[in-house]
Amino acid sequence: MRGQWQGARVKGRLVLTSVAEFDSVGLRYGTGAEVLRDLDFRLSKGGFYFLTGPSGAGKTSLLKLLYLAQRPTRGRISLFGDDLTAASRDELPHFRRRIGVVFQDFRLVRHLSAFDNVALPLRIAGASEEEVEGPVREMLAWVGLADRASARPPTLSGGEQQRVAIARAVINRPELLVADEPTGNVDADMAKRLLHLFTSLNGLGTTVVVATHDVGLISATPGARMIRLEGGAVSDPTGELRNPPRGVA
Amino acid sequence: MFGWLFISPAERRLLGTRPLQGPTPWLIAIMTFSIMIVAAAGLALAGTAQRMSSGAAARYSVQIPDGGKLAQVMQVVRSSRGVANAEAVPESEMRQTLERWLGPAGASADLPVPALITFDAGPGADLKALATRVAAIAPGARVIAHREALGPVLKSLKALQWIALALVVLLAGACAAAVVLAAKGALDTHRPTIDIMHGIGATDVQVTHLFQRKIAIDALIGSLVGAAVATVVLLLLAATSAFAGELMGGATLGAGDLLALAAIPLLLTILATWVARTAVLTALRTAL
Repeated sequence: MRGQWQGARVKGRLVLTSVAEFDSVGLRYGTGAEVLRDLDFRLSKGGFYFLTGPSGAGKTSLLKLLYLAQRPTRGRISLFGDDLTAASRDELPHFRRRIGVVFQDFRLVRHLSAFDNVALPLRIAGASEEEVEGPVREMLAWVGLADRASARPPTLSGGEQQRVAIARAVINRPELLVADEPTGNVDADMAKRLLHLFTSLNGLGTTVVVATHDVGLISATPGARMIRLEGGAVSDPTGELRNPPRGVA
Repeated sequence: MFGWLFISPAERRLLGTRPLQGPTPWLIAIMTFSIMIVAAAGLALAGTAQRMSSGAAARYSVQIPDGGKLAQVMQVVRSSRGVANAEAVPESEMRQTLERWLGPAGASADLPVPALITFDAGPGADLKALATRVAAIAPGARVIAHREALGPVLKSLKALQWIALALVVLLAGACAAAVVLAAKGALDTHRPTIDIMHGIGATDVQVTHLFQRKIAIDALIGSLVGAAVATVVLLLLAATSAFAGELMGGATLGAGDLLALAAIPLLLTILATWVARTAVLTALRTAL
């Protein structure tokens, strides 16, 4: 089922205007209290979003909903124009392949080399070894790890692991990139380069959501929008994230 | 259909384990060895029972307790309709048999030995009339059907065959259970890798194929090792006649039996692979 507000007709063609729509979404773990409640917002296609808020506000939980590591306990989430409420388990990999994720704890496969870690999304998507080699080498060079391609994660520093994780997240040019504190373990120079990578991807049409406390990162990204989480709910004083968007009846 | 067996080196690296790591292949080798020995025993028993049964089906004896009038009785037997291969069992042979049971006393001339005539009864043989005619010549003589005498032995052999079959099924079940435990253990060990793969869009089938392949290779190698050892043991038993000995009436394995035994490693590999696939898919379905 298509999301109610995700499509706009342009000369008879349906054009997606949002990649994600949250409609009265709530999340609780087990029988505990709701960690996210009444989330009602949309992420525009091609938008750049910073997710901020105090520790424990639910940023990581919200990201988990976005990259399909969790299902909401109530409400409706639409992704890429499809309602996930009714999506079966077997349909989820199709969505996940369109999302790049940078985890706070990197989540690299420890016994695989940096090259194999970065190549993983391409191989899972069915790319041949010839299709993998070039882009992976290029991506590793871009994040400054060309000479560490055969190194395994335990032999890499935190910053290097973070860069491998970022390279893996963006290798297949995802439509939605979700990053949880991506610059937490890198120096200022590398943070700048990573931000440049994110904005470049964004310029190519990827919607980017970055959870961060890094004010410098936010101020260095003009045009980015803020999603502020407080007590498990989105604070949206400007109405930019409203669902339906302002002006749509 | 078997594409999952032939994966790229990169896919092979994903689980980070080499074939034959862990106890699974050796467990399967032991199970295969046990199943093959039990199955061979069961099949040999079945062959023996079959031979005994078919050999005894038309075989009869005339027993003359005091051993007298053997020639007259033999004449009556040979002249009866449908009777063939009538022969008197030589007294020396009877005494030899008795000696086995009674010791040297069995060979004593003081011990009365009954006379015995064996024959095959074909279609049209009237055994009732034959018994009447024999009794008229030698009172006390009786006609004995061999299948009746062998009945309890055949029944015991049948029971042993069922026990062997039950053991084979139980061992195969134990093997399947061991594979389930091994698959679950492997899943737990590789849980972080699986979570990462799922997170970036791997399907359950993609993940399952990795485990399925590993267990198929482990099971194939393990079962071949078990089968090789079992074959050596069976050949040694056959060579020393402990297996194909006189006690069992020369128990041997036919071509069909050998084929059935040869199929055991393959069948166990298929069983282990199927069980592993089912266990992994079921476990994965509990995750998001």
